[in-house]
Amino acid sequence: MKKTLFDKIWDAHVVETIPNGPDVLYIDKHLIHEVTSPQAFNELKERNIPVLRPEKIIATADHNTPTIDQHLPVKELLSRNQLKELSRNCKENNITLYGLGHAYNGIVHVIAPELGITQPGMTMVCGDSHTSTHGAFGTIAFGIGTSQVAQVFASQCLLLEKPKKLRINLNGKLKKGVLPKDVILYIISKLGTNSGTGYFCEYAGNIFEEMTMEGRMTVCNMSIEMGARGGLIAPDETTFEYIKDRKFAPKGTEFENLKAYWKTLKTDTDAIFDKEYSLEAEEIEPMITYGTNPGMGIKLTGTIPSNLGKSDLKSLEYMDFKEGESLINKPINYIFIGSCTNSRIEDFRIVAAYIKGKKKAENVNALIVPGSQQVAAQLRDEGLVQVFEEAGFILRQPGCSACLAMNDDKIPEGEYCVSTSNRNFEGRQGQGSRTILASPLTAAATAIAGKITDFTKHLN
Amino acid sequence: MEKFITLKDTAIPLMIENIDTDQIIPARFLKATDKEGFGENLFRDWRFDKNGNPNEEFSLNDKKYTGSILVAGDNFGCGSSREHAAWALKAFGFKVIVSSYFADIFKGNALNNGLLPVQVSKEFLDVLFKSILENPKSELKIDLGNQKIEIPGKNLSEKFEIDPYKKTCMINGYDDIDFLISRKKAIKNFEEKQLESRTSGQAQEV
Repeated sequence: MKKTLFDKIWDAHVVETIPNGPDVLYIDKHLIHEVTSPQAFNELKERNIPVLRPEKIIATADHNTPTIDQHLPVKELLSRNQLKELSRNCKENNITLYGLGHAYNGIVHVIAPELGITQPGMTMVCGDSHTSTHGAFGTIAFGIGTSQVAQVFASQCLLLEKPKKLRINLNGKLKKGVLPKDVILYIISKLGTNSGTGYFCEYAGNIFEEMTMEGRMTVCNMSIEMGARGGLIAPDETTFEYIKDRKFAPKGTEFENLKAYWKTLKTDTDAIFDKEYSLEAEEIEPMITYGTNPGMGIKLTGTIPSNLGKSDLKSLEYMDFKEGESLINKPINYIFIGSCTNSRIEDFRIVAAYIKGKKKAENVNALIVPGSQQVAAQLRDEGLVQVFEEAGFILRQPGCSACLAMNDDKIPEGEYCVSTSNRNFEGRQGQGSRTILASPLTAAATAIAGKITDFTKHLN
Repeated sequence: MEKFITLKDTAIPLMIENIDTDQIIPARFLKATDKEGFGENLFRDWRFDKNGNPNEEFSLNDKKYTGSILVAGDNFGCGSSREHAAWALKAFGFKVIVSSYFADIFKGNALNNGLLPVQVSKEFLDVLFKSILENPKSELKIDLGNQKIEIPGKNLSEKFEIDPYKKTCMINGYDDIDFLISRKKAIKNFEEKQLESRTSGQAQEV
């Protein structure tokens, strides 16, 4: 039978199938962090169950960590306790932890790829919905709840019904100023926030083939925002080049052997998908969101749709926007460039190229939070730190930061924030905050102008 | 896990679509390391204003609505994978959530905590909303064995789907960990086979 990329990886990880029930799916890599793991460790302890494969688990501290003074004890008691508990649990169970201050510390979905932990053909899970990011490597990667974290601890497996298969084809040529973030915001705005529920999504077409790994990660990262458990892109030379020589990537003959296998990981011609969409790249322009879910997106130069339903109108009321309104020239006081969606070196290179020699507008607070210590080091090595400082941007230490505002990096009530993160839910960036999702380039241009602006007019 | 067989109770309507887990339990309350106490912060920023005063218009604060069934708009539980959302709903006293659509991760989390997600058609969801608004004291009956939700007073009902394995777990109060541990031998065999194919450089096809 013809198989999709997803089938090939899934089928290779089925330990057994329960008659009239789910599959027992083997998990190759389990990533954990401080917020969704403590209750899973407690559960095992209470039931006197050991962690089966500690060597297949990697831990980091990212969600609930400060982005300043990381060398000092964390000030807030609850956050400090949560971090301490992670350290204790990792130590007791022989799990590798890249804690605060470690050279490999950072956002879980940034560090695993950059360390070569994420590899094609793997199954990967984490107690975080943006685990879909790793699908960029041709990996089945998805977010799980804490009960499932405990299940993987106990058995290295999960009980799952095989999801249905969706393919999104995107071909053509992207316009100037359109980044991978715009591509995924466009897709979600077209298909809706629950179009992918129950599905795993494969992204296909020349646009994804020509994307860098970092761009592919941005796209796969937001698969969950259309409801898909995960997204994936067939691995190719771009993927192999990215992985080669990374810290934990296989080396020498092992790498070559695996590469031969990885090359087989693509959807067979004539394989059947349960649902398929084809979109045209030329239709995509820089995107912004106007509401309180990531599907409520429009072209930067577009207008908010009219005749919205009751729930969407509630969103508009929260955002203090009106039907039919254009957001161009809307004053913006806060910019956040970071999160597992857009905090990799390429994102910051794009921002730096745009703002070099310019200054942020006076009304703007522009926060830059790298995804990892390694990205932070690259910013220093490439001289980007100086560019950000000269433009008046604030550079912080790595972490999830204002994407979910668990730490002190919050957007004040009533304020708009043009943010490169992944969710514009009510209060996501702080109680009463209003998030406008956008690409790093749109965020950078907004910071310089102090308002939403059509920067594409000035691109060479 | 608590067993679930049937439930007859009044319901609370929440006529909002795309309710995300950040609304169910905001991130700032995720700092605990146990599962206790999340109920008091359920829908925190919808239930209370910034000074901590209850928002009287919100249906969970409206005294005419009571019960352990929450009937909510389409695409309930989207967003973050936080299981804290299921813990908060459970701790608040809900046993069943009814919607026309559930996000995948939330649905799994709910089932793993003995909180039953009942997915109905959009039409039946409207019928349920109408019935509750008309008479907040009218009860709903959820029969897991027969996979049926009904409004007994009105003789209106609909069947709902649930994975047969998960249904058995809910009815018997089993959870996945016990089952997975019982499969340890098969898991070990799988690992050995996987290692073999990796070291021999063969494609890892099964």
